[in-house]
Amino acid sequence: MTRVPVWQSFTQRRSAPLALCLLGLIVLAVLFGPLFSPYAVDFIDFEGDWSSPPTLKGAHWFGTDSLGRDLFVRTLEGGRISLLVGVLSTLVAAGIGVAYGAAAGYYGGRTDQLMMRAVDVLYALPFMFLVILLMALFGRHLVLMFVAIGAVNWLDMARIVRGQTLALKQREFVIAARLSGAPDAQIVRRHIVPNLLGVAVVYASLTIPQVVLIESFLSFLGLGVQAPATSWGALVNDGAREMESTPWSLVFPAGFLTLTLLCLNAVGEGLRQALERRSV
Amino acid sequence: MMRALSRLLIAMPTLFVLVTLAFFMMRAAPGGPFDGERSLAPEIEAAIASQYHLDESLIRQYARYLVDLSRGDLGPSFQYEGYRVTELIATGLPVSALVGGLALGLALILGVLIGVVAAQRRNHLIDHILMTLSALGVCIPAFVIAPLMILAFAVTLGWLPAGGWNEGQWRDVLLPVIALALPQLAYVARLTRTAMVDVLQAPYILAARAKGLPGRWVLLRHALRPALIPVLSYLGPAAAALITGSVVIEQIFSIPGLGRYFVQAALNRDYTLVLGVVLVYGALIVVFNFVVDVLYGVLDPRVRAA
Repeated sequence: MTRVPVWQSFTQRRSAPLALCLLGLIVLAVLFGPLFSPYAVDFIDFEGDWSSPPTLKGAHWFGTDSLGRDLFVRTLEGGRISLLVGVLSTLVAAGIGVAYGAAAGYYGGRTDQLMMRAVDVLYALPFMFLVILLMALFGRHLVLMFVAIGAVNWLDMARIVRGQTLALKQREFVIAARLSGAPDAQIVRRHIVPNLLGVAVVYASLTIPQVVLIESFLSFLGLGVQAPATSWGALVNDGAREMESTPWSLVFPAGFLTLTLLCLNAVGEGLRQALERRSV
Repeated sequence: MMRALSRLLIAMPTLFVLVTLAFFMMRAAPGGPFDGERSLAPEIEAAIASQYHLDESLIRQYARYLVDLSRGDLGPSFQYEGYRVTELIATGLPVSALVGGLALGLALILGVLIGVVAAQRRNHLIDHILMTLSALGVCIPAFVIAPLMILAFAVTLGWLPAGGWNEGQWRDVLLPVIALALPQLAYVARLTRTAMVDVLQAPYILAARAKGLPGRWVLLRHALRPALIPVLSYLGPAAAALITGSVVIEQIFSIPGLGRYFVQAALNRDYTLVLGVVLVYGALIVVFNFVVDVLYGVLDPRVRAA
């Protein structure tokens, strides 16, 4: 079996590395971009025109929204929240999924059957409604949003990790650990989980765009991030309301959101394919 | 068929769990349906509470809801005074179903067509163009594409109305249906292409070609049927996605459907209306999964035999 390193396999495709570079640029822009602008997120520019169009001459590079707030800063700050939610919720989901899947796979037998049947039942539930409901009912804390989104997205991870664990626990080093009397919890933590991290990371990378999408969906409905904080979903919502007078307030956040989703998907897809090619 | 029947058996407990979860989640939330700006006299508040049985214990209310539900009664709406939830759903559901059904139909027909064309011209320019477009389509959420379409076709060009619903005239239906269908359409196209490319390399396709059957005949009679199976299994998730999508689409285009009620009702603590909508959505998804299981048998004879 020749093992092509994942990275090498990943860079062979043209679209995935390109997407990764673009994504890096977006992340850099989101992190450091606001530093280059003289305006704050909620600063209202009384000097300039209300809803002034994008211009390279002044400092409002993306224009201002109908309240006179600088759209360049708002778009990038919104991106911070969107990406932050994306990464943190994915960590929550991956954490639950890995723990659950590894436990089910390692103990096997009836425990496994029971745990996976529970996953099947949860799959059948239309979870998005419950998340919408949760956010509508319990207010809009960021933490609640991480938990709600994470709680929805761990099912796939649990299934994949369980499958990997089933294969891993037959391997010699696991048997050796068991024979030397290591307790189950330690075997799972020290020998199983580190070996399925690669797979987990790849599937987590596919989860991030889904989560970013859910966050912006909720924020669009007004159930996600609350003012004065903002996110791409909330900005698209604002922009959609004002698009007849200030179309740019829709176009910039929508463009950033779409481009980011596209890159995240391409990177995740590229990683997955690279991983599959390696394991063939 | 056995698979389909067992799915249907699982459906009842699934719906039950869904309603139970929604019921208790809503009651655990702060606020109530009659919290207003003005505080009411305690006697009046008590009278309202007793009229809607809100003064009973939670378990009793839950039991009452289930008993009424078994009779097909979803209770009175808290927000829309004088309306039963069943009446509200009866007016909203056909509207949502029209938009959702058309979007699903569009996504399936056009998606499969695009997928087949791309697979047939694999690695040609047309394949690359179609697949790049669909990769983009998968990523653009409905709530982004909808305002952009309004901006282009309603605000700038003025061809179509930006929203509204005049008894479902085609002019009002067109944009929402397209916006709702687009992400699913793109996904179906990708699924079809991948499956079709696989199928076209199968030995029996080669055999059919070698017999001298015309290409189009082979494509439609031999290759399409197995290639449709992954599309079929996507129907369940697609239905769920269309329903969640409809929540925003109906808001953007001001369409008086069910989706618009959902968020509003949850914010207003209209307990019965939220439960009713959740129940209808859940039932719809269950029905979709059942149809998918039956169709599996139609498309794949191996499933029928099992």
